[in-house]
Amino acid sequence: MRLEKRESRSPALMLLAPLMAVAVALVIVGGLITLAGASAPEAFLKIITGAFGSRLALTETLTRCVPLILTGLAAAVAFRARVWNIGAEGQFYLGAAAVAAVGSGALGTILPAPVLIGLLALTGAIAGAVWLLLPLWMRLRFSVDEVVTSLLLNFVALLIVSMLLDGPMKDPLAFGWPQSLPVPDDAMLPKLIERSRLHIGLLAAIAIALLLHMVQSRTVFGLQTRATGLNPDAARFAGVPPVSTLIKVACLSGGFAGLAGAIEVIGVKGYVTSDLSPGFGYSGIVIAMLANLHPIGVVAAALYTAAVFIGADSMSRSLGVPTAIADVTVSLSLLTMLVAVFFTQYRIRA
Amino acid sequence: MSSRPILKLSRITKRFGAVIANDDVSISLAQGEILALLGENGAGKTTLMNILFGHYAPDEGTVSVDGALLPPGQPLAAIRAGVGMVHQHFSLAPNLTVLENVMTGTEPLWSFRSARTGGRRKLVALSERFGLIVDPDARVGDLSVGERQRVEILKALYNDARILILDEPTAVLTRQEAERLFAVLRQMARQGLSLVLISHKLDEVMTTADRVVVLRGGKVAAERMTADTDKAELAELMVGRRVTRPARAAAKRGAIAFEAAGLCAAGAGAAPLDTVSFRLYEGEILAIIGVSGNGQTTLADVMFGTRKPDAGDLLLHGRPFEGGSVWAVHEAGIGRIPEDRNREGVVGDMTIWENAVLERIRSPRFSRRGIVDRAAGIAFAEQIMAEFDVRGGTPTRRIRALSGGNVQKLILGRNLLDNPRIIVAAQPTRGLDEGAVVAVHDRLLEARQRGAALMLISEDLDEVIGLADRVQAIVKGRLSPPVPADRADPRLLGLMMAGDWQRAGDISAGEMAHAS
Repeated sequence: MRLEKRESRSPALMLLAPLMAVAVALVIVGGLITLAGASAPEAFLKIITGAFGSRLALTETLTRCVPLILTGLAAAVAFRARVWNIGAEGQFYLGAAAVAAVGSGALGTILPAPVLIGLLALTGAIAGAVWLLLPLWMRLRFSVDEVVTSLLLNFVALLIVSMLLDGPMKDPLAFGWPQSLPVPDDAMLPKLIERSRLHIGLLAAIAIALLLHMVQSRTVFGLQTRATGLNPDAARFAGVPPVSTLIKVACLSGGFAGLAGAIEVIGVKGYVTSDLSPGFGYSGIVIAMLANLHPIGVVAAALYTAAVFIGADSMSRSLGVPTAIADVTVSLSLLTMLVAVFFTQYRIRA
Repeated sequence: MSSRPILKLSRITKRFGAVIANDDVSISLAQGEILALLGENGAGKTTLMNILFGHYAPDEGTVSVDGALLPPGQPLAAIRAGVGMVHQHFSLAPNLTVLENVMTGTEPLWSFRSARTGGRRKLVALSERFGLIVDPDARVGDLSVGERQRVEILKALYNDARILILDEPTAVLTRQEAERLFAVLRQMARQGLSLVLISHKLDEVMTTADRVVVLRGGKVAAERMTADTDKAELAELMVGRRVTRPARAAAKRGAIAFEAAGLCAAGAGAAPLDTVSFRLYEGEILAIIGVSGNGQTTLADVMFGTRKPDAGDLLLHGRPFEGGSVWAVHEAGIGRIPEDRNREGVVGDMTIWENAVLERIRSPRFSRRGIVDRAAGIAFAEQIMAEFDVRGGTPTRRIRALSGGNVQKLILGRNLLDNPRIIVAAQPTRGLDEGAVVAVHDRLLEARQRGAALMLISEDLDEVIGLADRVQAIVKGRLSPPVPADRADPRLLGLMMAGDWQRAGDISAGEMAHAS
């Protein structure tokens, strides 16, 4: 048995690969659930009903999906151009904090709702972008690998936000909890479905994914960033300005992550806490990889990830299997996906 | 030399998608024989050898060693049958010693005792027997390319190879190293080993091999004993038509198309340019020769618009021209053929059409308001592929699938299709096979014929003598005065490249006086 490089990759294969990967991951997870003393089929049923089985479950899953789509896009757009943004978590928090700071201030009371929402979304995106431009600048100026710097800046960002929440941004009415002043009701995104937490941010996130797909596949900018990612020397020779291309990509990537934080604040919470994100930024990396860096795929991968987390919560409550099974499932899916991607490039010959 | 066939490939056919890499190929190899497999890039030589070695399974046909069939697609079976392969790109671990590299994969996994002592004895015996001298304890990372190749060969012999396949073994060697290699190969054949030499170089095939099989388009085009043939016939068989140096019509020199005066530029990791001046005339080829690393790359970068000159003036058709912008150079109608086609010329994982339009994507022909006109790009690529005979793919396939010659034809095509008035070509035929070289030369001369001004930066003196009208040498970032190419013999060019411009000038002037 041995491997042979495939000459071409059919679209069907590219679609089948992630599905197979997820299927294999779920089989392994089934084994683990059995080890934990529960029945695997029952557990999977609970996960599915817990994620989609009721109005509440479905809206919760979709609500969770929104920041995951955006952080997934943040990673996907950057990785395509070989900008290794591991810092979406920090960009998410700074985006959220910036929104709370601007929204809870004087501006929040004078602007009409649509303008205010637009301004806050932009504020979050800018804050996220700035937080990625910093490691990019270090890469361009000092050749420091942004894998390390963007990752480490996550902790810096989280500490800055914690400091703000305990200091200048602290809500005096929060009984001493470190949380920010809330944004006004006018700043909150309209609900998509009444009496749920699901807001129109979902539509915005899907629209952004579609838009990004169009930009990447149809525009000069998309062609040039792809060339820069695949062969920087050839891109430079073809007149693609390397620095400005990377800066644009970083603005998009950091912007998406910052926007994810902003939308989580004005869509769900209304204020910032230091546990606003259960690792949305890191999950975004996994989602981007699951989606093979394809924007539309990111939406599907985000839905899958959100469903696993929400469903596993509910399954855990009824069957007593630890919720860590959700992390295991998502991580295993990433590993099987990497194997699947490999098999889209090679075939086995007996 | 006995005539017993030790190796037989019978009716091998291998398809990759729609491309037929090998079409009903049959070859036999006698013991003690050196067989050359000759063919252009993309003729199917490497595929055939990969089938023999078990890297690929053939769609049809069989391989047999000593009359026994080899199971298809199993390298281990091929190794056990005594087939050894020396790849074009070495597969050695640079941090291990020669002995460790050679023994890798031969020691049993679950044994605590190392077979080092016996292994060393065997290695030393082999290297003495075949004159493959190399220190068993040297780290492979410290060895020269020639020595590494010897290690590769020893590795195959260590596995008791009786049939040795060498894939383009001289591609990475210097002239002297190649000579030494051939001596070793002949000695191996005398001692009863059988060798297959894959090559597209006529000289080495003629001097080394006993017999030649010529592959063309995946088929066996001919089989000859080297004693009964000559280079011209082989070249003809290889490309399927008579190879001739391109005939040059007399130059009809026109106006000055491009002029540089006192040009200085820093080189990024390359030699800088030091007050360089030259003129490009319409209908003329100016060749820049020189030993590599003397500023050619920097000069090319300036001409390509990827480097801004620090000082000096550029004039485009008599008007001042601001350098340092790829787009400005493109808009000025300057065709650009880069030195390293795989590094700078194309993005391997993008499609052929995307590579065709990448550098001109901002032109309204291929994009409007930032939206790419895919249909126009594909049409452009189709036109290039038809007119410049680019084979091996369709516009929407990845360019990685094309052979080197076809990639270079695409690069030429995307530049020449719109008849640029100025063309800068850096090492345009480096690493190409004979057929592709001729195609590239023909195209460049065609452009000259219709009045384009060409700058040819080349280290291949045959190419320069064949194509150029005037020659300047680049030495330590400075350019020699130009010399007419019809007075440039190898001796004069040698003096120019050595930087002895005074004597070169005397010779040139003397001959001019003599001629008049």
